[in-house]
Amino acid sequence: MTLAVQHLRVADLVRDVSFEIGAGERVGLIGESGSGKSLTALSVMGLLPDELTASGSVRLNGKELLGASEKDLSRLRGNGLSMVFQEPMTALNPVMRVGRQVTEPFRVHGRRGRSAEELLAAVGLPGTARAYPHQLSGGQRQRVVLAMALATDPSLLICDEPTTALDVTVQAQILALIRSSLPAESALLFITHDLAVVASVCERVLVMLDGEIVEHGSTRSVLTAPKHEYTRRLLDASDLEAVGGSRGARPPAGAWGSAPEDGARR
Amino acid sequence: MSALIEVRDLERRYARRDVHALRGVSFDVEAGQRFGVVGESGSGKSTLVRLLAALDRPTAGTVSFQGRRIDDQPERRLGFLRSELQIVFQDPMGSLDPRMRIRDIVSEPLGHRDPARVAELLDAVGLPAEAAMRYPHQFSGGQRQRISIARALAPSPRVLLADEPVSALDVSVRAQILDLLARLVAEYSLTLVFVSHDLGVVRHVCDRVAVMRRGEIVEIGDVEEVYEAPKHEYTRELLAAAPNLRAELARLKGDSDA
Repeated sequence: MTLAVQHLRVADLVRDVSFEIGAGERVGLIGESGSGKSLTALSVMGLLPDELTASGSVRLNGKELLGASEKDLSRLRGNGLSMVFQEPMTALNPVMRVGRQVTEPFRVHGRRGRSAEELLAAVGLPGTARAYPHQLSGGQRQRVVLAMALATDPSLLICDEPTTALDVTVQAQILALIRSSLPAESALLFITHDLAVVASVCERVLVMLDGEIVEHGSTRSVLTAPKHEYTRRLLDASDLEAVGGSRGARPPAGAWGSAPEDGARR
Repeated sequence: MSALIEVRDLERRYARRDVHALRGVSFDVEAGQRFGVVGESGSGKSTLVRLLAALDRPTAGTVSFQGRRIDDQPERRLGFLRSELQIVFQDPMGSLDPRMRIRDIVSEPLGHRDPARVAELLDAVGLPAEAAMRYPHQFSGGQRQRISIARALAPSPRVLLADEPVSALDVSVRAQILDLLARLVAEYSLTLVFVSHDLGVVRHVCDRVAVMRRGEIVEIGDVEEVYEAPKHEYTRELLAAAPNLRAELARLKGDSDA
């Protein structure tokens, strides 16, 4: 197993989460805001905020990450593990040329690697090494972030809502790029709230609700024959075409008003 | 009989940055229509929203509301528009004053306190009457958007201008808010102008749609026509790029048969 998470717990926000991702597997993690998706990812990366600590076990290629020293974690982030965040502008350094940023993993981890030009060309951005982030569009910036994440040939890539801030046509390009540029033996943990995106990228999916994984299985079985009531509700809410015929008419009973998740949160 | 909103050859240029945000946009919105505007970032959607609400002035062209020009009027002569046309914004936290109670937020467009009207409006958007005494931070994103909608309905407007009203919401909440909007539009016989980057959402609520790109309308027509038989290359591109859950599910089911 590339990644094995067992009984992961973060305060009361992530509760007893266990899952595994094998080499080359693309796994989706879906759920709504506050469900604990991002905290799960940050626990794996060792990037939890100071006030939170994770317990349980997170193993990458057999090595325990929880409780590992910052030095060990840093080495792992250089070799095994990288992440693409939702908002590329905040993930990039505004005063550093992108060419220097994409090769930063090599400098930080004292390795040699491909040139900036080569890394950027691989994500469809030849000739941009001397540009600053503000000179690029949102989609181009996310390509830079992806180039940086892939620079070290990670055995696990975590993407946290990588296309949520992007236009649909750009989103389609970035998704295609993730699919095509991720090495075949790399594992992918893909966090999203968009079921259509998860269906197009992942072969297996985990559904999170209130800090717990309530359903998991192949994308096909979870999305076409959901077992948990929450997954069914999520599917109904995502399929706008299904209610498209009722435009202007009264919504189906229970479609609004007393639905629990709108009222219960915060 | 002229249309409720008439837009003619509308142009907005930002001279200092040499940006042509809108270039020659014309369309009509009839009373009772649910008019969608879709486009990606930079298409001119937001500029159009500002001009429709007379929050900005065009560099050329006209906007008329109920037959009256609104694009060249000083604010003091736009009183009729302020009560007839109300806006629901994308970010319900940014558009609700955090230090005001909900009853004051909702009754602000009325100019005076009216507890009975506030109770009626909260009920219409599916919030309990107790909500009136609370503050915005005590509500979830979906509930806050309900509060924005209640405020918009307060002066009994004829037109609701919704600018990406569900883009910041989770999917299940998104469906609830869209259904709420559709129900209110039908119940109060409102005209809806609905601006979004999300084609699926526009299809769900609107009966007519304008597709924008780089400050121009590239295609306009009835929703079914535009989605089923798009005429413009860019519309086809947008539709193809949009994640389509149905198509993905059909593909997954197909896999299982194979």
